[in-house]
Amino acid sequence: MQNYRTKNGGKIQRDRKISFIFNGKTYFGYKGDTLASALLANGVHLIGRSFKYHRPRGIIAAGVEDANGKVQLFKDNITEPNVNVTEVELVKGLKIESQNCWPSVSFDVWAINNFLNRFFPAGFYYKTFMWPKSFWYKVYEPIIRKAAGMGTASLKPDPDRYEHQYEHCDILVVGSGPSGISSALAAAKNGARVILAEDKSRFGGSLLIDNVTIGNKNGDEWVEEAIAELKSMPNVIIRKRSQVFGYYDHNMLVMFERCKDHLDDPEAYTPRQRLWYIRAKQVILSTGSIERPLVFANNDRPGIMLASSAKEYLKVYGVLTGKKPIIFTNNDTAYETAIEYKNQGMNPIIIDTRNDSEAGIVNEAKKIGIQIKFSYGIANTTGYKKVRSVTVGKLNSNKDGYTNLEEIKCDSVFVSGNWTPTVHLASQSGNKLRYDSNSDTFLPNQSRQKETVIGSANGSMTLEKSLKEGFETGFTLSDAITKNNIPTSIPISDERQYGQHDKFWCMPLPGKKHYKRFVDFQNDVAVSDIQLAVQEGFRSIEHVKRYTTLGMATDQGKTSNLNGLQLVSDLEKKIVPEVGHTTFRPPYTSVTIGTIIGREVGKNYKATRRSPMHKWHEQHEAIFVDAGLWLRPRYYKNNNETLHEASKREALNVRKNVGVCDVTSLGKIDIKGKDSAEFLNRIYTNAFLKLPIGKARYGVMLREDGMVFDDGTTTRISENNFHMTTTTAQAANVLTHLEYYLQIVWPELDVAVVSTTEQWAGASVAGPKSRLLLSKIFPDEDLSNEALPFMGYKEFKFKNTIARIFRISFSGELAYEINVMSDFGELMWKEIISLGKEFNIQPYGTEALSTLRIEMGHVAGSEIDGRTIAYDLALEGMLSQKKDFIGKRSLGRKAFTEEGREKIVGIVPIDKKTSIPEGSQIVKDTNVSLPIPKLGYVSASCWSVEFDNPFSLAIIKDGKNRIGEKLYAVSPLKNISIPVEVVSQHYVDPEGKRVRS
Amino acid sequence: MKKALEQKLGLVDMLEIKCPYCGDRSQNEFSYGGDATVKRPELNSEVNDLEWDSFVYYRDNPRGKHLELWHHISGCRQWFKVHRNTATHEIIQTLEMQEDL
Ligand SMILES: [Zn+2]
Repeated sequence: MQNYRTKNGGKIQRDRKISFIFNGKTYFGYKGDTLASALLANGVHLIGRSFKYHRPRGIIAAGVEDANGKVQLFKDNITEPNVNVTEVELVKGLKIESQNCWPSVSFDVWAINNFLNRFFPAGFYYKTFMWPKSFWYKVYEPIIRKAAGMGTASLKPDPDRYEHQYEHCDILVVGSGPSGISSALAAAKNGARVILAEDKSRFGGSLLIDNVTIGNKNGDEWVEEAIAELKSMPNVIIRKRSQVFGYYDHNMLVMFERCKDHLDDPEAYTPRQRLWYIRAKQVILSTGSIERPLVFANNDRPGIMLASSAKEYLKVYGVLTGKKPIIFTNNDTAYETAIEYKNQGMNPIIIDTRNDSEAGIVNEAKKIGIQIKFSYGIANTTGYKKVRSVTVGKLNSNKDGYTNLEEIKCDSVFVSGNWTPTVHLASQSGNKLRYDSNSDTFLPNQSRQKETVIGSANGSMTLEKSLKEGFETGFTLSDAITKNNIPTSIPISDERQYGQHDKFWCMPLPGKKHYKRFVDFQNDVAVSDIQLAVQEGFRSIEHVKRYTTLGMATDQGKTSNLNGLQLVSDLEKKIVPEVGHTTFRPPYTSVTIGTIIGREVGKNYKATRRSPMHKWHEQHEAIFVDAGLWLRPRYYKNNNETLHEASKREALNVRKNVGVCDVTSLGKIDIKGKDSAEFLNRIYTNAFLKLPIGKARYGVMLREDGMVFDDGTTTRISENNFHMTTTTAQAANVLTHLEYYLQIVWPELDVAVVSTTEQWAGASVAGPKSRLLLSKIFPDEDLSNEALPFMGYKEFKFKNTIARIFRISFSGELAYEINVMSDFGELMWKEIISLGKEFNIQPYGTEALSTLRIEMGHVAGSEIDGRTIAYDLALEGMLSQKKDFIGKRSLGRKAFTEEGREKIVGIVPIDKKTSIPEGSQIVKDTNVSLPIPKLGYVSASCWSVEFDNPFSLAIIKDGKNRIGEKLYAVSPLKNISIPVEVVSQHYVDPEGKRVRS
Repeated sequence: MKKALEQKLGLVDMLEIKCPYCGDRSQNEFSYGGDATVKRPELNSEVNDLEWDSFVYYRDNPRGKHLELWHHISGCRQWFKVHRNTATHEIIQTLEMQEDL
């Protein structure tokens, strides 16, 4: 039964009844309700338990500023924790449960904290649970988690889709109250490209609930017409359910749009939420203001709500928050709520801390017979699951105590401690706020970026002023961009007039009572906590915030910040601006992780690069491995082979017959220009000036600090054209490196570089039978050792294209690398495989490739890791003595030339059986006291197919002089220690005869 | 995932940088290249340890105006100079490599 629903009125659709379940019980609401309004319509106030003391808590507001209404939401087998009932629109199939209570919201075991609250003062986590230290993880933390836990996150993957959108505009208007709509109208009519964003599900802001007229129309009618007009304009993007939550540099704002959750039958492709990155030339912040609570004893009981929110529930949702309301205020605005309730036939009583008020609205209230108690305050409240009575008292002249306490029965209390402008976004933008002692609030001051704050966010609390600021700002800002000079006239408006508020907001406690007076509901921070923090010496407001947790968590102090500041400044006998305010950080409201990540999940987490032969690999049981963004075959699985078995088979076949490996992912850079040879000569450590045309050369690059940067072969295609290869991992960095030197250091060189990695498909044909295979593929060509020697290069005709043949080898065998244009890659690969059949060709993957290079002693990425110099890698022979090159000057550093410097070696387990884990540490003796001095580490391990035993590469101190030594490879991770013998890094064919054969 | 989240939450790509060749583009098209006033010693020249170390390692870390290198890595691939205020992120000017402030 919706006992608290009015007979008519509101903007809900009364013909569309929707059921929902709260804590196991079924309730009804209407389309257009939020969960909060539907619960209140059913008289449900108790939503959850407070964070620290587990006190019963209810809804205190109607929007994002609500601090209490967090629930666990269930829908379609999906659950989401910590959603706020004021932000969830009612749709079919919603089930919600209270959180932070056990076993139920009505009976909560942890509520005992409330009676033990003297043991839970400010900073109690810091004080209580610090000792003994080991207890924190094992005992205290799990208990606190259970007691203070918020909701429960789902462990299932998120089934929803989230999207990102980038948008540019002339003017972004944040908030669609009177100032926001009018500025959007003025700017759009003047030709500007405008985005208008509204957080709630309805446009209009305060115009939906205030009794005002604009241009002879009711406020909400004016909104409807203005929004319709804006929607009809092609230069306007208008979005509701869209929260601008962050203001970043260069006028980049981020907004999330709720696209799906409010729909009863969303289309399958509808994203749940959309994240907008908006780059605006100008930003108008018409973010409005939030009512502050008054602070008094036991002010946190369910049924105690902000006065403006009670009015919003009535006007927008047709919901009475109570039938026996008390209105407690220090200003005139709350009188509106009283009048609305009186008009509904209730008998509200107003408790006003002021002596009197001259405002028209107060006279209006008096005239219709509303009982007003001036100079009164609420001294205490009663009621457990819902407020039942208030004790009011006449404030004495110092306002530090009461005379004449009396109890009044009630079922709701609507409080107003005046208004706080919502300046979060302005502050995030860099606007240094100023304190306005007239309104007791922080207001925007000097803009740092291109933002303008208008309306009540700017402290302009009347409709007339808001409209004026809106239309004027919209015109001025747009005109600077469009220069159309089309102003829009400001309509005449009518509204109630308000007078001065009372600066008094924190009620004294009655007698010597120690009731809690809450400042921050979400974090359970009471006046006494802040007093304690100040008493204990915390002075900086940032420290008080962290010690007491005031203004933290999802709520970010929307209702509590200013009261907390006031309190600290009162306690320190300072004025508020001296205390300052805490930093406003994005996001302004909670944002789901899914929204932030967008589509970058699963296979879309990063881009995938595939070679032209990828499909063939897939069809031939390739098991792939990530190599940067590339997917490369790691091995080709025959039947039930393991990785080890398959890679051994593949590698052995290269040593015995012939294998083919897809090397497309190797970085390739085309270098052209008449100074190309000179440029390479400076970039590489070895000589390139006199490299003959048609020859390849292995080259090593250093960074300026002397560390090895990358290696690869570079081939002179023609006099002024070179083809460089890089490792797969460093391809992008090498190109950047080359561009740096060409554009910044030696712009006088006539050289151009461009990546051609994706233009060429590459296949490495390796093994003793590779020449035989090539002569089948290119029957008309001379492949003799004389015609195409080791490190030679030729161009052959292949089908209707040209194949580039490089006689280079990574495996240590006779080998050729064939490059064709990518479109011909698959054709080439299939040709190699089919003609290779008679030579027992097998494709091989990166695992076999590694085995082959390791037992040959070739260094790769695991050795060239940015911490090794040429000497360490036994590449010192590559360092030219005759010329200067990048990084050469650093090689004289003392550490680089010291005796006993690390050097690469091979190691073999003495038992010839035990594989040595990569990353193992090499030590001389394991029977010494800790820490054991380490000599080096194992960089790469394989199963040598040549010798059929494990073999590893290691980089160890004084490696040069340790060949033959017996050492230990220890892996603390695997808790093993393996006796090993140091051998040459070149385990197979140390003379390099095979590649030259 | 963690890195992506940090990047998104921190919104590291918030700047709008005017490439001298391509115009205003979002920061995620660029990569940062350090102090633009550092000059590499000439090849084959005598360089003492201090000069070399200053070139390789030592960098000022000013709070305020800083002339720095950026690379339009997902655009025209040109290196250029950005005169930026490190405290406010204000970009005062962008220049081609051969231009001076
Ligand atoms: Zn560019």
